[in-house]
Amino acid sequence: MSVSQAIAAGDVALLPSRRDEDWRWTDLRGLIRAMPPVSPASDRQFETGAFGEGDVLLVNGVVRGDVKALVVPAGERRTVRLRVIADTSETAHGTDLSVWVGEGAELTLLETYEGLGEGYLTETRLNLTVEADARLERVVLAADTAEAVAVSTATVALSRGSRFEQTVLTTGARRQRIETQVAHPGEGATVRMDAGYLLGGQRHADLTTAVAHEGVGGETSQLTKGIVRDQARGVFQGRIVVEKGADKTDARMGHHALILSEKAEIDAKPELLIYADDVSCAHGNTVGALDEDALFYARQRGIPDAQARAMLAEAFVGEVVDRIANDKARDVARQWVAAHLGAV
Amino acid sequence: MLKIENLRASVEDKEILKGLTLDVPAGEVHAIMGPNGAGKSTLSYVLSGRGGYEVTDGSATLNGEDLLALEPDERAAKGVFLSFQYPLEIPGVPALTFLRTALNAQRKARGEDEVAAPAFLKLVREKAAELKIDFEMLKRSLNVGFSGGEKKRMEILQMAILQPKLLILDETDSGLDIDALRIVSEGVNAMRAPDRAMLVITHYQRLLDHIKPDRVHVLSAGRIVASGGPELALQLEAEGYDKYASAA
Repeated sequence: MSVSQAIAAGDVALLPSRRDEDWRWTDLRGLIRAMPPVSPASDRQFETGAFGEGDVLLVNGVVRGDVKALVVPAGERRTVRLRVIADTSETAHGTDLSVWVGEGAELTLLETYEGLGEGYLTETRLNLTVEADARLERVVLAADTAEAVAVSTATVALSRGSRFEQTVLTTGARRQRIETQVAHPGEGATVRMDAGYLLGGQRHADLTTAVAHEGVGGETSQLTKGIVRDQARGVFQGRIVVEKGADKTDARMGHHALILSEKAEIDAKPELLIYADDVSCAHGNTVGALDEDALFYARQRGIPDAQARAMLAEAFVGEVVDRIANDKARDVARQWVAAHLGAV
Repeated sequence: MLKIENLRASVEDKEILKGLTLDVPAGEVHAIMGPNGAGKSTLSYVLSGRGGYEVTDGSATLNGEDLLALEPDERAAKGVFLSFQYPLEIPGVPALTFLRTALNAQRKARGEDEVAAPAFLKLVREKAAELKIDFEMLKRSLNVGFSGGEKKRMEILQMAILQPKLLILDETDSGLDIDALRIVSEGVNAMRAPDRAMLVITHYQRLLDHIKPDRVHVLSAGRIVASGGPELALQLEAEGYDKYASAA
């Protein structure tokens, strides 16, 4: 069952539903009554995105230009701006793209998900391979429209000594799911996988991750922070599996959310499944309101209420932004968060 | 400058301040001493406008202006500064950002121009050096991971930058070792000015060895029950608060 299969077959029965345990908080089958028609091709030129011009554009399910896959040859260093654009309304499309980072190579992948129409249904699937001692940093800014149903799924295969870093920042959609599956071989490979969600109105964002530690000596550090208000709903499902024999694994997972209104909702399911003996694993999950003491402190110093709240909210998500390794991407992400907090 | 008359205030329907009257003229430093539970912190919170405190009677004015009608940030812009007993940690907001945001918000509220970055940084460097605060520390999240002494020095730095009219020091000596106490006290003393009033709230006399008050008041069970010169603090240190408990 996947969105792509449902789109390809034109069959709503193939959409994930609440009967699928991993989709119980993001029920698409119950939401979508009839399959929308396939999205039309678009050859429009777009204004620049958050990271500027795009190097690779996926528009309405089609990869522009003669790009079959994103390949960084061994030892090379690249920055690629990938723009995934839905320039359509009431239609559906799916896209697949493979990304390969060769041995010892480095790729900074700056992704934007940009909705220009209303009510589209999409799935974007990225298959990412990071070879030995290579490094991949993804910075993802997801700005879908309020009526969109958007799913993106990244499958990441790591190798010995590699490093995978990911920061997803999103404002959600009617239903949005951003899923990341990592096969972690241990052997000195390290993962940092973070997310921040800023949800207002009736928006919904589902951050689902799964990391499978399969070998000795792997490291994973995960931090997700979110802010919900109005009737928005944030979903966090984080699973870290430490397989038998994956000793010396060091895995930490944190999910922290602020609920700024009574009708907003957070559903969180942090899971550590540990089958190895000698591991260091921890997780923390907190959901609460804005710290009233900190708010009073800021106001006592002369900062008006609304400004103080915005400052504290930005700082809350700022912890995620601060962990972005690429300096320019971190600055862009910080501005993006500040700009989108107004909508929260 | 600060005039409090017959102030009554409650927390969750429990009356804490029971008709407190106090007058602090410009240029003076007044100490408020009293046993635990007398209402010392309540007084500082009511004056600064913290939520959860209900004023049921009386008034508090600063230079004739009704403080109790204003929002906390409006009071700050009028010159009220509360130095917290336990300064809050603000993760994700660098101390410099916090300070500049506060300064410019106050200036904006008073109809003054914002301070530009270079002038602001020059001012902060100067004041931080006086307080022996490492400038690099100001790039870190405000008070996060700071020691008790560092937090109190940050409070003094904020005062020095914001230049308030009324300083309320709530148990400023708590958690300070003798060296930190000296640096903090010097910082406070440097703030003494003819157009500024200070209210020093403390349980112990030792802070008053460093910050010399013009007047000392004893707060017990929500009222000022005795007032005198600096010698009153020494007497309290020697005799304790017992004899005032019955007076209340």
